Amino acid sequence: MNQKNNLFKKVGSFIFDNKVMIAFAAICLAAIVLSGSPMTFIVDGVFTRITRNTFTVLALIIPVLAGLGLNFGIVIGAVAAQIAVFWVVYWGFGGFSGILLTVLIATPLAILFGYLVGKLFNQMKGAEMIAGLILGYFADGLYQLLFLVIIGGVIPVNNPKLIISQGVGVKNTIDLTGNLKYAIDSVRMVDIITVFFYAVLAITVIKIILHLVKKLKLSRSDFILFGVSALIFGVSYIPEIERFLSTDRLALLDAFTSALVILAILQIIKLIKSIWVEKEPASALVKPVLLLLVYGALYGLTYIPAVEEVMLYVKLPVLPFLLIAALCWFNQKILSVRLGQNMRTVGQSLSVAMASGINADQTRVIAMVISTVLASWGQIIFLQNIGTFSTYGAHTQIAQFAIAALLVGGASVQKATNKQAIIGVILFHTLFIVAPQAGKELFNNAQIGEYFRVFVSYGVIALSLAMHAWKQFRKTSQSTPGDMALPGAPLQEAVDGGS
Amino acid sequence: MKTLKTFYENFGLPRLIIAGFFILLVVASIILGFSPAVLFSDVVKRWLMYGTLVLAMVPGIQSGIGLNFGISLGISSGLLGAVLAMEISFLRDWNTTLGMGAPWLTLLLALFFGVILAAIVGTLYGMLLNRVKGSEMTVSTYVGFSVIAFMNIVWLSLSFKNGELSWPLQGQGLRNTASLSGSFGGLLSNPDVVQATQPKWLHWLAFRVGEFTVPLGLILVFAFLCLLVWLFLRSKSGIAMSGAGENQLFTTSSGINVNQKRIQGTMISTVLGAVGIILYAQTYGFLQLYNAPLMMGFASVASILIGGATVRRARISNVLIGTLLFQGILVTALPVVNEVVEIGTLPEVLRIIISNGIILYALSKTKGENQ
Repeated sequence: MNQKNNLFKKVGSFIFDNKVMIAFAAICLAAIVLSGSPMTFIVDGVFTRITRNTFTVLALIIPVLAGLGLNFGIVIGAVAAQIAVFWVVYWGFGGFSGILLTVLIATPLAILFGYLVGKLFNQMKGAEMIAGLILGYFADGLYQLLFLVIIGGVIPVNNPKLIISQGVGVKNTIDLTGNLKYAIDSVRMVDIITVFFYAVLAITVIKIILHLVKKLKLSRSDFILFGVSALIFGVSYIPEIERFLSTDRLALLDAFTSALVILAILQIIKLIKSIWVEKEPASALVKPVLLLLVYGALYGLTYIPAVEEVMLYVKLPVLPFLLIAALCWFNQKILSVRLGQNMRTVGQSLSVAMASGINADQTRVIAMVISTVLASWGQIIFLQNIGTFSTYGAHTQIAQFAIAALLVGGASVQKATNKQAIIGVILFHTLFIVAPQAGKELFNNAQIGEYFRVFVSYGVIALSLAMHAWKQFRKTSQSTPGDMALPGAPLQEAVDGGS
Repeated sequence: MKTLKTFYENFGLPRLIIAGFFILLVVASIILGFSPAVLFSDVVKRWLMYGTLVLAMVPGIQSGIGLNFGISLGISSGLLGAVLAMEISFLRDWNTTLGMGAPWLTLLLALFFGVILAAIVGTLYGMLLNRVKGSEMTVSTYVGFSVIAFMNIVWLSLSFKNGELSWPLQGQGLRNTASLSGSFGGLLSNPDVVQATQPKWLHWLAFRVGEFTVPLGLILVFAFLCLLVWLFLRSKSGIAMSGAGENQLFTTSSGINVNQKRIQGTMISTVLGAVGIILYAQTYGFLQLYNAPLMMGFASVASILIGGATVRRARISNVLIGTLLFQGILVTALPVVNEVVEIGTLPEVLRIIISNGIILYALSKTKGENQ
């Protein structure tokens, strides 16, 4: 009986904790049903948008961790990327080397911008979000000044394809076909494996040398990593597999199957470990076995014709997904190093951070630099996938949509995780894809659906900011009034800062 | 020398730059041979056009909610009021039954609907802001955005009979910009309209002196509104409200209900926003629906900050100076820039940089004071 109550409580608190996400999922489901669009269209669209947008949404997580709130300033990262993209296209570079050059230009720019933004945010602690929002608009103004007036007006440029016919200012859209379009998406799996293998090889060699000069102790995981990458590299020479790997797109079915296989192998290793190495009691085996059964069942689902059709139709670009996975890993890993711990402390309380000798200002600047650089990379992934660079529009909505997506996934101003980001992107973009059609079916007007999705993206931000502020306000008004003036009082805005 | 220094410190570098820039533009435009009368007619027109929307910032700031980015609520109420009034005027066929009185009645009805709606919405909005103390600006910005997006759906779903408002041949949805030329457009500010539609004894509403246009009707209405706000701020209730905005603890201990005063300030701000957009539309001659008002709140906020207000203190003089400088720059920059560099979009870029730059400056300034 007690256990049953517990279960109820668990389900209840799960629903309460994830109310935004669940409500949004319900809206999405209703819109999918209403729109009557074929599943192949929806799933394909959602995966395209996951490729494009997830990286940028993940770039928001570190500032949240460091107590800077939702980083509306990622626009500035996007601007850095776009400046780089313009010059790379102007100089006539393309392909993957063009992308590398873009990254090489965008990254120092983003570091500089992020540093300045971080410094500015340190001037207005507690008002970072509104400042970031205004800063985004301000940066947009400077960007327009650069692209409309300075390029061509001050810096001489000559390229009728990119420049407005009078010779001053950049055109509205820049076609990336033939230079940067799909330059990341179309990297073949074989190449990724080869580069990965040589990278691991180089690192292992360096580590062995360091080991020999007694600077570093080699651990078992180093050898396992090397062994696995060597194995994969070796296997990729088998003609059958090589043919499979020399494509750049992976059918969703194959991706799904390989993901299941990898997960299953991990679980089996765990099982073997707990039975023969750690000799754990039988109850510890229930979870892995259950998971294995679930994986099996999931694989079985792919044999349902409707599911199979969708899974064969949708093709995923491999490298962007690997990059997204790498960023997830990075966001997770940073928590376990000193810097991440400092960020977390700074995020929880400035006064505690200061008392424990952490340089709070510096930590916050570093968080902003990381976020801005990641946002600029995210924008590069976005632009190469979409294939046309809308010079004056590509960056304007990026913070808006990325933040809305993150919040839809259940994140808040103070807490955001990889999982929330990914779920958020899926839900938010599902609505984006089906809303016009649903509006058409429901009101006989596709435009209503389009406005509805804009309303939702603004509304979800308004709601979540209001809920957060309400919580903060209740917290501060419960404590003594004097506390409000403490530097640690989180998220006080300029208005009430000194009252 | 010392007074000069305190003046500089109070005025602030950005404001000095903006004022200097404005003077530079005026001088440049006169050197380039533009008629000062025509130019200043335009400046005055734009000044009055945006004036009330900027005035709406004053009660908000004084009551302690800070820069009211959520003025879009008032703007949407005003637009809804105007649209309803125009539809009623069309259904009742006032133009034939009332003649010259039709635009007046439409304007009054628009103001009436707008004010009532704004008073209700503003009160609710004030109650929301009381629950998010400390984050009013972020919340109000996004509440403002959401309302505009929501109103987009409303505009698209309304089906009106008035051909000026609705798309022809569609039966559903309102136009992006509805012309007010058959209604109250220019009634208080455009000499041509006044002479064409109004009897002789009302021609003083807007007239020309040489090349200079005097929109006397609009000047009087705006001056009246400024006076009302000025009187209110000096009334007992107004002083209590400013006190609530200035020092919550002190005011609470002296028996003033701070939350109620904040709601009052928000409500008045929202109502002025509704009146402001109707006056804006009558001067402009068009009703701009959909996303047009999305960033108007930012322009109003920037104007009052340029005028010397802070996020905690604002006066009527801040409204007058700020709107004159901000709109003055935008009006004079266009012909000057076109003459000198031939880049038509430059004034728009300038507007974005100036307005957001000044808001950023004001935000960084207040935080500096508090620490």
